[in-house]
Amino acid sequence: MTAPYAEIVPNAASAARSGRIGDRLLSVENVSLSFGGVKAITDVSFDIRKGEIRAIIGPNGAGKTSMLNVINGFYHPQKGRITFRGKTRSKMRPFEAAYGGIARTFQNVALFRGMSALDNIMAGRTLKMKRSFFWQLLRYGPALREEVEHRKFVEEIIDFLKIQDIRRVQVGRLPYGLQKRVELGRALAMEPDLLLLDEPMAGMNVEEKEDMSRFILDVNEHFGTTIALIEHDMGVVMDLSDRVVVLDHGIKIADGTPDEVKANQAVIDAYLGVAH
Amino acid sequence: MADGPHAALNTFPKLLVRNARQFGDRPAIRHKDLGIWQTWTWRRVYDETRAYAAGLSRLGLRRGDTMAIVGGNRPRLYMSVMAAQMLGAIPVPVYADAVAEELAYVLAHAEVRFAAVEDQEQVDKIISIKERLPQLERMFYEEPRGLRDYDHSRLTPIADIIKDGAEALKDAAFAKTIDDGIANGNGDDPSIILYTSGTTGQSKGVMLTCARSVQAAVDTVMFDKLTERDVALAYLPLAWVGDHYLNYAQSLVAGFCMACPESPETIQQDLREIGPTFYFAPPRTLEQLLTRVTIRMEDASALNKWLYRTFIGIARRYGEKLLNGEPVPLIGRLLYGIGRIVLYEPLKNTLGLSRVRVAYTAGEAIGPDLFAFYRSLGLNLKQLYGQTEAFLYVTAQPDGQIYSDTVGPAMTNVDLRIADDGEVQFRSPGMFTEYFKDEAKTAEVLTADGYVKTGDAGFFDEKTGHLKIIDRSKDVGKLNNGMLFPPKYVENKLKFYPNIREVVAYGDKRDYVAVMINIDLTAVGSWAERNNVAYASYQELAGHPLVYDMIAEHVAEVNKSLASETIMAGAQVKRFLILHKELDPDDGELTRTQKVRRGFIAERYAPLVTALYDGSTEADISTQVTFEDGRKGVISARVKIRDMALEPIRAPVGKAA
Repeated sequence: MTAPYAEIVPNAASAARSGRIGDRLLSVENVSLSFGGVKAITDVSFDIRKGEIRAIIGPNGAGKTSMLNVINGFYHPQKGRITFRGKTRSKMRPFEAAYGGIARTFQNVALFRGMSALDNIMAGRTLKMKRSFFWQLLRYGPALREEVEHRKFVEEIIDFLKIQDIRRVQVGRLPYGLQKRVELGRALAMEPDLLLLDEPMAGMNVEEKEDMSRFILDVNEHFGTTIALIEHDMGVVMDLSDRVVVLDHGIKIADGTPDEVKANQAVIDAYLGVAH
Repeated sequence: MADGPHAALNTFPKLLVRNARQFGDRPAIRHKDLGIWQTWTWRRVYDETRAYAAGLSRLGLRRGDTMAIVGGNRPRLYMSVMAAQMLGAIPVPVYADAVAEELAYVLAHAEVRFAAVEDQEQVDKIISIKERLPQLERMFYEEPRGLRDYDHSRLTPIADIIKDGAEALKDAAFAKTIDDGIANGNGDDPSIILYTSGTTGQSKGVMLTCARSVQAAVDTVMFDKLTERDVALAYLPLAWVGDHYLNYAQSLVAGFCMACPESPETIQQDLREIGPTFYFAPPRTLEQLLTRVTIRMEDASALNKWLYRTFIGIARRYGEKLLNGEPVPLIGRLLYGIGRIVLYEPLKNTLGLSRVRVAYTAGEAIGPDLFAFYRSLGLNLKQLYGQTEAFLYVTAQPDGQIYSDTVGPAMTNVDLRIADDGEVQFRSPGMFTEYFKDEAKTAEVLTADGYVKTGDAGFFDEKTGHLKIIDRSKDVGKLNNGMLFPPKYVENKLKFYPNIREVVAYGDKRDYVAVMINIDLTAVGSWAERNNVAYASYQELAGHPLVYDMIAEHVAEVNKSLASETIMAGAQVKRFLILHKELDPDDGELTRTQKVRRGFIAERYAPLVTALYDGSTEADISTQVTFEDGRKGVISARVKIRDMALEPIRAPVGKAA
């Protein structure tokens, strides 16, 4: 009881996480994608494990967003296979991905600007609604009970993201940093197994970035959500992620822990350029 | 009070026991959680707090131990204060936004063994200073988020302590020790230590005792006729005497409900939803509210604008009189009645103030216009003057005796006097016993006959008998003829004119008072537009003869008002000038909190100060300025000086110095 307090040290976030990281959740094998003659992705393979935070980085035009679009079924690769939760496919449509438990946010916020933050996040629950559209119109009996349940979950997300004060505010009137947070909230409302974040911190100031990093770590810890993120800010990527995959001109040039990637000569060359 | 003699109810835990019995099913605490207001009845607060105390006792918290409480206005943190008090331990609340350095000082100084904190942020902060807190054994937290992977050997969720305590209370013998502890609570024991925010030097731990704290709260609850049907929104910092007194102490004494906001950002919405009947806000908050209203009115339709202007005008004419119960002509009553329907009530509803029965403001001087605005809407806004050392109230304005420039007569059972040097001193039921572990400071502040020195200079208004606070004693100077010169008092009187933005007054060890004035560009600019005064720059506008005339009128009015107060009469402004540039924190002329740095300005504008006192009618000055992009430049100007006629000084009467 009287031992010095000094012994309490919070475990480094990633060290604690390593205990939770489980089996392979998604794997990408030899995927190639091209638009006409433009090769966006060439023969890329990597995997994402359950519970981890996985970053996809690379210079501009490296094919990061294309990769994300392939994962959630928006683009269909010409070659290669994608295995998600043990199911292999070469082609899938976005709504199937959504049903399958993949949620995402967008590089340029894609919210319903005329709706409140609350309604936007509620929209994320659409797939979870069991009652038919007409029942919901009636808003009576089972449909009402169901909506109350969903609302409860959404309120937890609002609490989690600390956006109680903007619950009723039209999203279009919110500053950019908060819109990003609402978008994250909508993705979370789907209770996804895999959350894809496309540059969650683009255009934010340092303080907003710190907040968003905190939220990403908390989401991962609290909900156990697996996260794949694209980010330009190297500091953020290195601090947040367990493993990093590096793309350059659509080709995978490195894959490993942040430290390994940082030391990789090919990565350094890709970012800093090489003297020819 | 509704509950007969108070002799036995001399601690807050005893009051909680009474409330659980008497108001068992009435709301004690509300908190908006996940978008819905949750209610704790007095019975539930008692049960949970008792279990919490039992759990703390099992963890080793003993009578006389100190326990820190760090966080925002959360029910569980208020219960932490209560649970510690149940065991005779001393809660030490700390501001949630305190930086690690301040936190380290307070926690080490108070030698806390335990700390109840709100969330991960506070846990992290305390862990970062753990080397300096060798006595700290254990932390309790309310919000588990983000803390899952922390080492829990000395970190416990408050919910677990309550569960553990509730289990242990099933043992009748153990339960009896807890209940006996409450029943045997000694009124002379410390109730709480409140650390003052140290504007000068390190913060001091103000020690308050149980019986005195309760007595002070009983007096003010009776003064404002608060009952168990009242409601307050607990949004002020938990560690501030204002919150501990107005919300915690008064709600326990009166049995009313305190509502905790959902988050610090939602206070305005929560206010609307709760509709408190008792409300406190510092002048700055009231000003921000008014600014928001004004800005929104500017975007309103022409009809709405007209309605707003018309009925605010009517309110200004009749509202305060009606509130004070003064005679008002029938037509005035009628117009005001219409105004209530179309404007005042809807506006108060928007602000969340519809149900407010008693509202207070304090902390700094409030502008008469601002004060009158709220009162004219029918809001019973009053002023009080208080200190942590007094356990808040020293004076307060009773209903019906409200003036914007006084802080009211002494509160019930408070003895108030003005020392020979003009310092306000008091003896009050709730006054502190000592600064924790600081005998020297205690001796400095207490007089031999048991009064507390406030460090504020003040005087009793002749007309009303109310106390007026002038300034901090150490800032009050004397003119060469021996008359009092309180710089801030003079400056504030001038600053209440919207045309005047900043004022710097000189007069200490001088023959007369002279001031340098900054005009408010927005207000004076719009006046210039309406009056066809052309100007190209701030400097040109500031030097315009018509602007000088306008400011001279204001100064004359202030002189008249100063002359009406015998002891202030000497502080009338004899000469003034309007500065050619705005005082700016970037140039070091203002502090970051927008207070004038008199000494620095005197040096920087030395030629102007000299000119104010050598009789010249204008002076040249060139000063370096820092532009917003960081470049530096020099502004030169010839500044004119205006002489003012002084009001005759009436012969001193009474106890004026």
